[in-house]
Amino acid sequence: MNTAAAIMTTVLSNLGAIVLDAVERLGRATLFLVEILTGVPVILRRFYLAVQQIYAVGVLTLLIILVSGLFVGMVLSLQGYNTLVKFGAEESLGLMVALSLVRELGPVVTALLFAGRAGSALTAEIGLMKATEQLAGMEMMAVNPVIRVIVPRFLAGIVAMPLLAALFSAVGVLGGHVVGVGLLGVDAGSFWSQMQSNVDFQTDILNGLIKSVVFGIVCTWIAVFEGYDAVPTSEGVAGATNRTVVYSSLSVLVLDFILTALTLGDI
Amino acid sequence: MNRKTLELWVGFFVAAGLVALAMLSFKVGNLAAGDVLDGYKVNAHFENIGGLKVKSPVTLAGVRIGRVTAISVDKQRYKAAVVLEIDGRYKNIPSDSTAMILTSGLLGEQYIGIVPGADEDKYLKEGDKVFKTTNAVVLENLIGQVMVKLTEGSGKK
Repeated sequence: MNTAAAIMTTVLSNLGAIVLDAVERLGRATLFLVEILTGVPVILRRFYLAVQQIYAVGVLTLLIILVSGLFVGMVLSLQGYNTLVKFGAEESLGLMVALSLVRELGPVVTALLFAGRAGSALTAEIGLMKATEQLAGMEMMAVNPVIRVIVPRFLAGIVAMPLLAALFSAVGVLGGHVVGVGLLGVDAGSFWSQMQSNVDFQTDILNGLIKSVVFGIVCTWIAVFEGYDAVPTSEGVAGATNRTVVYSSLSVLVLDFILTALTLGDI
Repeated sequence: MNRKTLELWVGFFVAAGLVALAMLSFKVGNLAAGDVLDGYKVNAHFENIGGLKVKSPVTLAGVRIGRVTAISVDKQRYKAAVVLEIDGRYKNIPSDSTAMILTSGLLGEQYIGIVPGADEDKYLKEGDKVFKTTNAVVLENLIGQVMVKLTEGSGKK
């Protein structure tokens, strides 16, 4: 009886510890975001710091985005054609490819790749800066490490993500064109005209853009927070990098559903 | 890497992203075609609008000249009140023109076709009403009518 009660207490207190820990981390992450936002005006006046980071998270991610976009567009075209041709609706192939890319795959796949390529690099970089006491060194020299190191990376992520998503979708549509018109013989005129008459600027393209901006904020926020909050050991940095990719991917997928439900408004 | 090269790369990246966005907006989306410039609004009442939606095109002789901006029910007359916005470039549409709800293809989307009338002095202007309208063809009603015709024939035998 006594041991059962003791086990029960341990289980409950462990559960409580996990929940409290999660809430505490969320609270620290939120305070960290507020601190970042207060530092944004300082970096806007020294924008070159952010430009350096746009190179790191944007230009260096460009290749993986372009190649993935091209192949995603090509495979969408191939798969879509096989289904649409059964209904004699292969003229709608361009529409299908463009809508899937602009609404969903462009922002989401870009965010997932971004989390894997740029987010993990951000976390590892900041975590190592912390482990090697560079951040503490800055504080000693009265330089605020959050403003000097974190804010430029945060801004760069927000600038880079929508541009990368737009490039992904654009290259994807071209890839779809190459396969659909070039290989499968869909008429080029109907491929583009069906697309243009049915893809709406506001409901499709603008909402896709809003999605990618939100994903940019969330992914970079998670990446810089995990790096800044990492346990300053090699093990701690490895764990933080791992968490960045997992948390970013999960938040992107969940947020994608929420944003789609809000913008399409059918629920 | 020196500052100039880095800035060049970032500039290239941002420019490419903006070009992609512009391509999505104008080439993939309908930003270029969908906008009605300096338009004027005209009302029309229909008995039945079928599958007409807000943003459906308004055409004249098959050419797109505007779009549907609002659809509501006229509570007094139990009719559908449709507001059409017509591009300002097409100001000389006779006031006795007919607005028809047509379907593109057999099962395609529905749109409004304007058939010009004969009145050469009075043109449609902001707030006017199109009096002559033709309703949407509802496939179920059509099938119903065909069925009645068929059964009539068999009853006489």
